[in-house]
Formats: sequence, C-alpha cells, structure tokens
Amino acid sequence: MALNIRTYRDLTEPDRSALVEQIGAQRRRVADRMAAVRHVVAVLSGKGGVGKSYVTAHLARALGRSGRGVGVLDADLNGPTIPRLLDAPAGGARPAHADAVEAAAGAEGVKCISMALLLRDGMPLAFRGPDAESFVWRGTLEAAVLREFLADVAWGALDFLLVDLPPGVQRFAELTELLPAPPAALIVTIPTPESADAVRRALRAALERGATALGVVENMVGGPFAGSAADDLAREFGVPVLARIPFHPRADVWDGIAKCIGGAA
Amino acid sequence: MKFLCINCDRQMVFEERQLPGDGTLAAAFRCPECGRCVAILTNPMETQLVASLGVKIGGRTVPAQPMETVRGMVVTGRDNAFAEDGKRETGNGPTWTAEAQERLARVPGFVRGMVKRIYGDYARDHGIAEITPTVMDTARSELGLEGM
Repeated sequence: MALNIRTYRDLTEPDRSALVEQIGAQRRRVADRMAAVRHVVAVLSGKGGVGKSYVTAHLARALGRSGRGVGVLDADLNGPTIPRLLDAPAGGARPAHADAVEAAAGAEGVKCISMALLLRDGMPLAFRGPDAESFVWRGTLEAAVLREFLADVAWGALDFLLVDLPPGVQRFAELTELLPAPPAALIVTIPTPESADAVRRALRAALERGATALGVVENMVGGPFAGSAADDLAREFGVPVLARIPFHPRADVWDGIAKCIGGAA
Repeated sequence: MKFLCINCDRQMVFEERQLPGDGTLAAAFRCPECGRCVAILTNPMETQLVASLGVKIGGRTVPAQPMETVRGMVVTGRDNAFAEDGKRETGNGPTWTAEAQERLARVPGFVRGMVKRIYGDYARDHGIAEITPTVMDTARSELGLEGM
C-alpha cells in the first residue's frame, strides 16, 4: 500500500536549518554590496587568449584616469593575472574587517581582488575536500568564491566594477545568478573567424541570460591574426565595434574605449 | 532537505549536528510529536557539496565572516594573505593559554585569523575569560567548525 506522504512544499513548519533562507542571505549580502556600484560590466569572450584581462585592466586604468571610481574583480580564479596588469602589489596582507576584506589598490586608483593576491606564488587554486570526483563540488566552490569576491570586498562606491571572466560561459552564468540584475557585457575578440565562432556562442548565452551587450572590442589587430570577427559579430548582434586595439597599442586607444564606456556613468 | 515523520505526519525538527572530522557529517532530527529520532549521515562528497554552497545544516552558528569560504576551503593560500582587524580584540577580550596559542598556531595561516576571531567571539559571548584547548574543543563542537 502506498504511503500518503506530504511533499517538500507541503511542509511549512519553521526549519532551523533554513537552507533556503541561508542562500537568500548570501544573495542579499551581494545585493547590499553592489548597491553602491553603478555599473557592473562583465568582460567576456568565450575564447581563451584574446586578451580579456589585458583589455579589462587597461580599460579600468583609463576609466580611473578619467576620474571614475573603478574596481576589477578577477573572476579567472585559476589563471588570475589582474593584479600584475594593474601594478597592484602582489604580496602583503589584505586587511580583514568584521564585514569585508579590503581590495588591493592598483594603478590609477583602481581597486581589485584576485586569487593572485591570496594564493602562494606558483601554486594552483586547490580546495580542501575529497580527491575523488572533485568535479561534483569544485564548480560550486568556485561559484562561492565569486560570490564572496562580490559580497565580501570593501568595494565602496564605484562607477564601474569590471569583472574579468575566464574563457567559456559558465562563470558568466554564475555571475548573472548572483547579481541582483544581469550585468552589461563587453565582448572581446581577436579578428579570426575561429574567435568569432567562440565569441558568438558566448555572446548568445550572455544575451539569453539578460545581459546588455555594450559592444565589441577587437584586440590584436594588425598582427598575425587576420579576419573580420568584430565587424561580423557587430553586424550579427546589432552592437557597435567600440575599438580595434593594435598589436602594439598606444595609451590613447584605451582612453577612447573609456570614453565610450564611461558615457554610461 | 526536510524530514517527515510518516507515522505522525509531522515535520521533524533539527536536533544536533556532529562533525567527526573525517569529512563526514551526522545530523539528527526529532519528531516533535512522538520523539522519534533519525539521523542523516553524509559521505565526504555529500558533506563537501553542502559546505561548497556555504550553508550549514542546522543553521548558522557564527555570523557570516568575510570570505569565509575562501579562507576555510582554499588550501594553497598564502599564510599572510589576510590581516585581521585588531580593533575587536582590544579591551577586555579573552586571553589565550600557551597551549591554546600553540594549537591555534597549527591552524593554516590562511584561515588562522578568522578562526581566532571566531573563538574570541565565542569566548566573549559565553563570558569566558581564558581560551584553553578545552574551550576550543567545546566551541568547535558547538559551532560545527570542522577542521578548525
């Protein structure tokens, strides 16, 4: 005889574990911290090696030069490079207060947080936990790290928080789920059709998750990589090409992008 | 995750959590009607998955600490990556016995400051003037601080 068992949603008595409420509190912590940030911009590509971190850091510095309050969250947890690109001191201790950890200060007053600031030199990001089947929980932990980078850093009032994403679309999905509203997306590509293929998928995934595409930045133009990826993507998605970064860019290139992006602030 | 006493058709309430220190977890639930107890026993992977979400079965015992998941779970962190704000430790804070300090020194530097703060807050909350290894054991058990 089948038991007449009430379902999960039928049980509404107070629950001391309150796991759903605990998750809700985590989300509120993110929302509270982000309330002082005017614009969150995800720098994404979907393709590795196109210079997302390079573009992120130099755009941040240019925005800083223009007087904007800027932070960079290095969401590439396994290949962090932002502190070096921002000339932020790698050693030293991050002051930890009761409710937040202080960001590092880079060039042009850009604040940043990155695993590179926290890990031992040359060591990979490794977590405590069972060795077997680590793929089951590692992604969840990385999402938790991203959440804490958003919520537990004393970002203060910022005009822009640039989030430097690793290749692929998963971290963007996590970012979108953590934030109160989908971030804007700045797309980085190199000119090749191979890059366009990968970026197209990532951009489509980002748009499906509610992102607003600010435009495309084509990096490494005039070097060995030939193609028309930026124009192709811009036409296909109806977004502007914000800049074409030469293989050996001058500083005014970055100021030009900052002007485009900064117009939003 | 909820537990239902089918006989009484009552939602069971959380009773106790135990962390044996081997990566597993035991959580006991009791039926408020008939008093029947059941325990859920999770293997290390299941325990890890819950920990990865940053939630505590049985509810939080310690206020959220900044970057607590990073500091509690990353094993390749720099020993001096964080410097605790010393302001909260001034005044009439608890003292640490030599044995307790020695034990604290064995905690990885990456998380040590946070652990020290948690034990200090526990002692203050319980009116404990001196932190000893026994106090640390009690706090660890009551607060569910596995690996701390």
